[in-house]
Amino acid sequence: MIARLRTYPTHVIIWVAAVFVVVPFLYGLLGGFKSSGQLSGNPLGLPSPWVTENYTDVIGSGAFWRQLLNSLFIAVTTTVLVVALSAMAAFAFARFAFRGREFLFTLFAIGLMFPFAVAILPLFVLLRTFGLLDNPLGVILPQAAFGLPLTVIILRTFFRSIPREVEEAAIIDGCSPFGFFWRVLLPIARPALATVSVLAVVASWNNFFLPLVVLNDPNLWTLPLGVQDFRGQYASDTARILAYVMVSMVPALAFYAVAERQLISGLTAGATKG
Amino acid sequence: MKTMTGPDARPAPHDPKPAARREAPGSRRGRGWLTAFLFVLPALVLFVLLVMAPILVAGYTSLYKWNGIGPPSNFIGLDNFTRLFQSDIFAGDLRNGAILIVLGLGVQLPLSLGLAVMLNQRIRGRALYRLLFFAPYMLSEAITAVLFSLILSPEAGMANQLLTSWGLEPWPWLSEPDTVMFSLFLVITWKYFGFHMIIYLAGLQGIPKELSEAARIDGAGGWQVFRHVTLPLLGPTIRVSVFLSVIGTIQLFDLVWILTGGGPSHASETMAVTMFEYGFKRTQIGYSSAISVVMFLISLVFALGYQRFVLRRDLEGASTTMGDRR
Repeated sequence: MIARLRTYPTHVIIWVAAVFVVVPFLYGLLGGFKSSGQLSGNPLGLPSPWVTENYTDVIGSGAFWRQLLNSLFIAVTTTVLVVALSAMAAFAFARFAFRGREFLFTLFAIGLMFPFAVAILPLFVLLRTFGLLDNPLGVILPQAAFGLPLTVIILRTFFRSIPREVEEAAIIDGCSPFGFFWRVLLPIARPALATVSVLAVVASWNNFFLPLVVLNDPNLWTLPLGVQDFRGQYASDTARILAYVMVSMVPALAFYAVAERQLISGLTAGATKG
Repeated sequence: MKTMTGPDARPAPHDPKPAARREAPGSRRGRGWLTAFLFVLPALVLFVLLVMAPILVAGYTSLYKWNGIGPPSNFIGLDNFTRLFQSDIFAGDLRNGAILIVLGLGVQLPLSLGLAVMLNQRIRGRALYRLLFFAPYMLSEAITAVLFSLILSPEAGMANQLLTSWGLEPWPWLSEPDTVMFSLFLVITWKYFGFHMIIYLAGLQGIPKELSEAARIDGAGGWQVFRHVTLPLLGPTIRVSVFLSVIGTIQLFDLVWILTGGGPSHASETMAVTMFEYGFKRTQIGYSSAISVVMFLISLVFALGYQRFVLRRDLEGASTTMGDRR
């Protein structure tokens, strides 16, 4: 096969890319097990001796767990909110014909083009007016709002694909529109709901800009804010910061390991269909 | 965001138009107006209040000289915009954005595409490589930036430690105005190439194997198959990934803010960083709003133009047209 002749350079290139990706992770992981003195003398080698103190300090610190819980609370609440509201809206867009439907749907679709960063400053002004600064809701509500367009679009596509006969059967059985939505449509749509939920969790988990301007109180900080602040606090103790960084990565990477399929299908759903 | 965030902004690949042509299955004409409206209402309220309204608020406050305390009262018309367009910092923002877009489209995306094509072959451990290359995308930009600020720090950082141990001069990764954008681009590539690669891989898997096999039987070499079969059929996927890359770059903030703060002396500043500087550090809310408005207009013009002139082709059944369409 021609393919076999070509595999040698292919392997080399893939290897180079793999090393490029792995080295920062490896440096962080091993660096966390070093003292700062070791780190500057021996950046990539194995630690000797292995110092576990950096990691145990992070895991033993209240700040880390509090930030983890804050991130989790904000991510879960955002996700429930955005998926619930989007499912309802997508149901109306997919299964009803009503005046202004296309206009409203286009309005949501246009929302995809609004970069979050554009809205940060006016959002800050609005949230301050509503008294939502230093309040998790000040992060949750805007995140949910900005998550609507993508979620509505993906769910509408899915809802449209469910055959008309299913709905007719439900109506003959005496289902109200809400009954059909709640007892028939949502259970069928579970895979699509899982996909959009995963996307919403990841977007919320990684958000930095909005929490940065909304949350001043360290007790409310999410993980990205905490990591950034930790770097400022321990500026000279690189090994300790590396440990904090690596431990903070664990939830996201673990989530990736568990939800890879939903994540990839969600990210590629829109991108591959012409 | 982030995003693409960068990755966070995504286009509407399923354009509403083709959907409008045919009636939704199972739609209830007429009688369900109120029901339908009630289903849309909660999402609509949230959307209007927190997505649409901020843009309007920014438009309004951009016409005032306002420090954010009390209601804006000092109306100055378009002065904030005049000032913005005369500002060297803003010109630098545009230049930096352009650099990142050119590097992204010219280097990062071709790299991602190349790797996707390689990983689309039967290669040992390809599932593992895929998993690995995508992993950085899962990390928050903030955490990525903190990690790389340690790696690229002048003396104790890993990068310069390695260079010195190989007998090379240490490199001023983040402190040299002329090259700092390239260091940023390196970090962006580390974080995002896997995302684009995954999209391309999904696109590649949608291309029937028979097509490239047929081309090979007709005597086409590997490059020719790629150029005349794979690439045209991957067109829609590539166009979407280009869109995501550009929109992500326009709103780039987290990485830059943590890695360089826009420095040294504004050399790596982006529009979002300038907006944050003026809005939150110097409380010139009016001026900062003007930056938001300009960012919005740039994204809007780009997005609409792109949908109109580039993505449109994909909505006309182009993906079923075989061969080179250009």
